[in-house]
Amino acid sequence: MKIQALFAAVALMIGAQLVNADEMQRFELTIKDHQFHPSEITIPANTRVLLVIHNQDDSPEEFESKALHIEKIIGGGKTATLKIGPLKPGSYPFVGEFHEDTAKGTIIVK
Amino acid sequence: MLGTAIIIFREVLEAALIIGLILAVTRGIAGRMRWIGIGIGAGLVGAVALALLADVIAPLAEGMGQELMNAIILLVAAGMLTWHLLWMKRHAASISQEIKAVGQALNDGDKEPFILAIIVGLAILREGSESVIFLYGLAAAGTSINDLMLGSGMGILAGIASGTVLYLGIARIPTGRLFQVSGWMLLLLTAGLVSQAASYLVQADLLPPLGYSMWDSSFLLSQQSLLGQVLHILVGYVENPMGIQLLVYLLTIALIGVAMKRMEQTPQRA
Repeated sequence: MKIQALFAAVALMIGAQLVNADEMQRFELTIKDHQFHPSEITIPANTRVLLVIHNQDDSPEEFESKALHIEKIIGGGKTATLKIGPLKPGSYPFVGEFHEDTAKGTIIVK
Repeated sequence: MLGTAIIIFREVLEAALIIGLILAVTRGIAGRMRWIGIGIGAGLVGAVALALLADVIAPLAEGMGQELMNAIILLVAAGMLTWHLLWMKRHAASISQEIKAVGQALNDGDKEPFILAIIVGLAILREGSESVIFLYGLAAAGTSINDLMLGSGMGILAGIASGTVLYLGIARIPTGRLFQVSGWMLLLLTAGLVSQAASYLVQADLLPPLGYSMWDSSFLLSQQSLLGQVLHILVGYVENPMGIQLLVYLLTIALIGVAMKRMEQTPQRA
């Protein structure tokens, strides 16, 4: 009985994450000239959302956020999609690790 | 150029520390230098291959190909380290603690040096491919090859220096204690790699985070600092670990620890 309850709990937790991508809110970010546009995005708290990053530079960039535990290389001209959240309210900074002086931004969670 | 050096140094540091650690704790194992050399060579070749295949891998698995690839590399490395740990325990149980005696007993065509090669190769593979992608991007965007070579050369040298410092530091541990200390260091390294793999699997939407930030110790030790980076690599230190990372970290230590204890208790033929 206890094992079944454990399975059910884990299934519920994972299920909560598996919201259909089509139903998720989309937030777009563009990398151009080694900068993020916009450099600040606001997303709703406690919600799982889609973050779509378009790299419009010719060279690759590494999108990295320690606060969000995300690290992803995006090739020049490519687009990457990430699911983030549910997050508590706050600011979550991110950088483009290959061009950290210019490529930086924040995700604000309200 | 300095920026390049710093980025390359950060990428190289992980491989350098792991190689330094492996070299230091395997003194006395026959054939290891040759195999570790092979591992380094294969790792470099693999890094270039992985960099070239990056755009093919990334869109796989619903765009999570990169995350899965990284997680797999980390988990295979952790598996190899586990094998090595259990192997060391098995051979320690049947002979004296003298590392020299271990060296003699190991001339029996074991898979062990091959396992070391894989660990070393995988260590180079992941961060190496990121370095290649980074450098290739700079070159394509017009940075001079000279600047790139100087910058990456400096970064690589600094990385190798760090690995050497670690190696020399461990080499000073008296032989009697070395077995115990190296066991713990490798165990924590393995747990750290599994914890990193967990992070990629969360990113790939295959594991629940169980809380994005169990604590924030950045005020104590920032992961951006050199010590923070070193501890991140060697023991898996994360300034704001996810719940799942803590969970797999502790589970890894517990499971491997139990397996190692059982190795100790099993009577071995001398």
